Amino acid sequence: MHPALQAFVVILVGVGGCVGYFYASNLVLDKILFPARGPHAGRNINRASAIRPWLFLFPALALLCLYLAYPVFATAWLSLHGRSGQFVGGANYIAMFGEPKFAESLKNNMLWLVVVPAASTAFGLLAAQLTDRIKWGNIAKSLIFMPMAISFVGASVIFKLIYDARDAEVAQIGLLNALWLKFDGGPGSFLFLKLLPFLLVIAFVVLAVALAGYAAQAVAQTRKDFNGRLLAGGIVFALLVVLYAIWGAVGSLWGLVMWAPPFGQPQNWLQLPFWNNFFLMAVLVWIQTGFAMVILSAALRGVPEDTIEAAIIDGANPFQIFFKIKVPQIMGTIVVVWTTITITVLKVFDIVLAMTNGQWETQVLANYMYDKLFRSLDWGMGSASAMIIMLLVTPILVWNVWNVRKEMK
Amino acid sequence: MADLVLKDVEKAYGEVKVLKDINLDIKTGELIVFVGPSGCGKSTLLRMIAGLEKISGGEFSIDGVRMNDVPPAQRGIAMVFQSYALYPHMTVRENMSFALRIAKKSQAEIDKAVDKAAKILQLTPYLDRLPKALSGGQRQRVAIGRSIVRDPKVYLFDEPLSNLDAALRVATRIEIAQLKEAMPQSTMVYVTHDQVEAMTLASRIVVLAGGGIAQVGSPLELYERPQNEFVAQFIGSPSMNLMAGEITGTGAKTTVRLANGGMAVSAVPTNAADKGLPVNIGVRPEDLVEAAGKSPAEAIFTGEVEITEALGEVTLLYFRRQGEAAQVVAKLPGIRPELRRRTVSLGADPKKVHLFANGTSLLYR
Ligand SMILES: Nc1ncnc2c1ncn2[C@@H]1O[C@H](COP(=O)(O)OP(=O)(O)O)[C@@H](O)[C@H]1O
Ligand SMILES: [Mg+2]
Repeated sequence: MHPALQAFVVILVGVGGCVGYFYASNLVLDKILFPARGPHAGRNINRASAIRPWLFLFPALALLCLYLAYPVFATAWLSLHGRSGQFVGGANYIAMFGEPKFAESLKNNMLWLVVVPAASTAFGLLAAQLTDRIKWGNIAKSLIFMPMAISFVGASVIFKLIYDARDAEVAQIGLLNALWLKFDGGPGSFLFLKLLPFLLVIAFVVLAVALAGYAAQAVAQTRKDFNGRLLAGGIVFALLVVLYAIWGAVGSLWGLVMWAPPFGQPQNWLQLPFWNNFFLMAVLVWIQTGFAMVILSAALRGVPEDTIEAAIIDGANPFQIFFKIKVPQIMGTIVVVWTTITITVLKVFDIVLAMTNGQWETQVLANYMYDKLFRSLDWGMGSASAMIIMLLVTPILVWNVWNVRKEMK
Repeated sequence: MADLVLKDVEKAYGEVKVLKDINLDIKTGELIVFVGPSGCGKSTLLRMIAGLEKISGGEFSIDGVRMNDVPPAQRGIAMVFQSYALYPHMTVRENMSFALRIAKKSQAEIDKAVDKAAKILQLTPYLDRLPKALSGGQRQRVAIGRSIVRDPKVYLFDEPLSNLDAALRVATRIEIAQLKEAMPQSTMVYVTHDQVEAMTLASRIVVLAGGGIAQVGSPLELYERPQNEFVAQFIGSPSMNLMAGEITGTGAKTTVRLANGGMAVSAVPTNAADKGLPVNIGVRPEDLVEAAGKSPAEAIFTGEVEITEALGEVTLLYFRRQGEAAQVVAKLPGIRPELRRRTVSLGADPKKVHLFANGTSLLYR
């Protein structure tokens, strides 16, 4: 049979099957099971209409069970079995936690989890606010949104070209190296490679500390009835986080001062341990910023204009209007965007596979799972790592759904 | 201590001029009400005073200081919006103290100002609630409280009562009047499309129409001596009856032969040259009286009552329309439903008969 004809027949059978199912099942319900006749007509009608929704739900429920619920249990079961199918209990998990590559994946995933949603949401919010009032804002928005239409693998290929390195003698086709070779150790290099990052790190720390302080103050002010011990615990935790951030910042500042940049040598960006993670994250941030921008832009438009005008009359400057009037009013949406991106991040796989395949310390959980499942053909270990990913995603997913439902009320 | 002066102020959106030639002198302690039909530019004028809308031409000053380019927060004004414009994520206390916190006032000062305003407006029990947990009237009071806390020189209100139900509207209107009473030194500008609010609250009313000021005056001045047909018909409900005619007798009293066959005498003086001038006479429904003995040629209007509305204290008579002329409405004291379908002749005290030529009152020539 000709393939086109075949497709046509498939469509016919599929759609016809659906229509046939709904027609026939309703017929059975109305004519045979609970006919609207006889002495119990009223009762039968009520029963039929109680059952009818389930007739419509049944195909979807059945398929969801078959393709979602069953695999979860099957995977859990598989994760307790060894390479040759023998039952090994928790041995796979124990072995996995002992593997350095798994620890690396877990650590990298955490890094992705913090950086990508934060950066995407922040850039998206910035883009949404900046494009709001200008004439060519819509063009800018379309351009920023465009990467959403590119597949992760396609985007990875684009960025691989940006990070590409050639010998120092030949012309660079990678944008980043072309720029890098412009630096020669002169004042310009000092400005961009030492002073600017230095100031950025300091600004980041100040911002983080100020934010933490502001949040603590806000909590202490509005929740006077807050459980005292919980509050103390929270403050200690916040303090620890701040201290950790400062410690990290001091470390990186010191590193920055001591750093002797290898001028004139093209760099293999994807092979610089630790930093290459950020080069990979850039791809996802580039894609997700558009998503965040579109949602947040709609939310910003929904902030009542007169609350902004009232704030203008109250003497607030544009920054205060943005942070004290607009952002708090769209906080729900920001959380939804953040958690939605978080879920995408936890599943990140294609980008790592296409760019480094987990080499040079860039492994992430999803690619680790793929490695175990389809390269080592170790079904037990693969399933165990899949379970770990699911355990990490589930609480965020629940929180996300809860927030979305709250937003929709 | 705030005199507002608007000189030749105008507003244009692109090519379209929504307001022009606005000249207005507002004195300290006045409560000025802008009224006018929807879309006539009341809010736009108020927002120009607030600084939320750029002034396209002319000059606006407060206490002699030019304000055209001064940012809203530095004009010494506070504004109450029609939709309250409360910050939904802040409690009542935070809403009221926002401006002071932005201005970096001390905590003690802020608490004092907020507590005082809350007391005046009976909001003390609600200080820790979010706006969504308040009723409409309470929200409006918070919005007013937010203004009071800043202790501004000028209060601006943009239709503050139009989102409230009828009973609450009356109560809040009285509260605003009391508030004004308590702060005799503050100047208030109040926008409304409701003439009852205008008549009851204003020290002076500014009637806006067709992009300009139709008349400025005290409520009773507007009611008794309207400058033009627009003001005459806009103030008062039901609105003033206008009937076309021609001046036949001049002097201290003016006689007008009406197109409907009747005749009217007005206390508005005219000179001999006005003889034959086509005019409209205006008589308010409440000024029309039954002219039982008079013939149709001597009465102002004679016609068949089409509908009666008995309100208890008065009865409204709607007369059958005669040709192209507008429907005549009379308001007679007492309960008079029996007049329906009857032919009634109406007259009026000459002092209550207004004369308009080309839309402008002959009183103001
Ligand atoms: N941003 C704008 N652009 C163009 N026209 C406007 C704008 N804002 C208001 N207008 C016009 O100005 C006129 C006055 O509006 P407004 O002051 O809101 O009237 P109101 O007396 O009902 O408060 C209206 O005809 C309106 O269409
Ligand atoms: Mg308006």
